[in-house]
Amino acid sequence: MLHLVNKSPYESACMDSVDKYAHKGSPILLFEDGVYAAIAGAAFESRIKKIMGDHEVYVLKEDLAARGIADRMVDGVKEVDYAGFVDLAEQNKTVSWS
Amino acid sequence: MGEEEKGEKLMIVFRKAPYGTIYSFEGLENVLIMGAYDQDISVLFIDDGIYAIKAGMETEAVGIKNFSPTFRAIEAYDIEKLYIDKDSLEKRGLSIDDLVIQPKVIDAEQVESLMEEQKNFFMF
Repeated sequence: MLHLVNKSPYESACMDSVDKYAHKGSPILLFEDGVYAAIAGAAFESRIKKIMGDHEVYVLKEDLAARGIADRMVDGVKEVDYAGFVDLAEQNKTVSWS
Repeated sequence: MGEEEKGEKLMIVFRKAPYGTIYSFEGLENVLIMGAYDQDISVLFIDDGIYAIKAGMETEAVGIKNFSPTFRAIEAYDIEKLYIDKDSLEKRGLSIDDLVIQPKVIDAEQVESLMEEQKNFFMF
């Protein structure tokens, strides 16, 4: 199951919910303000790294570019474009946390 | 009709508090609408969503209709798969006796498994 998150972890508890309820191995896609969860050197970095131990974490490239943070991602985060987003959504059942 | 004859497994998830936003009200309407169709529906209360079914709400002074009693109508729609996350309740200072309905109390691991079984989600 693909977990979709579009809110910043500093504004919303969405990532807490995903961390708590997502089955180990389920991929997580961060988009819109959700991408702020994967910034290196930020307060959430240790959490996202821990989450990445149990889940593949994807970020939407276009949203990184729009926010000027494409070069600030934590190592190991996978970038996808809109087409990649569609592929992931096709391959998995999805649940949106917003 | 037996469960195996019902349609797709759908889950309606309440995860926001009532009144501050319209989500939980819309979620309740969604449950009642979906209940009219032959689907295999589960209803789950997690995070702040547990506050939507707190008993004893008095909303006259804030000028919003108290919709919590309507959750009791869910059973009349033959929706019996109601669940609530134990930890969300405890963390928020409530127990199962504080609620207008009595969903089955489950832990986060059971929530995970239950979600994995579903075909589709409606998040409120």
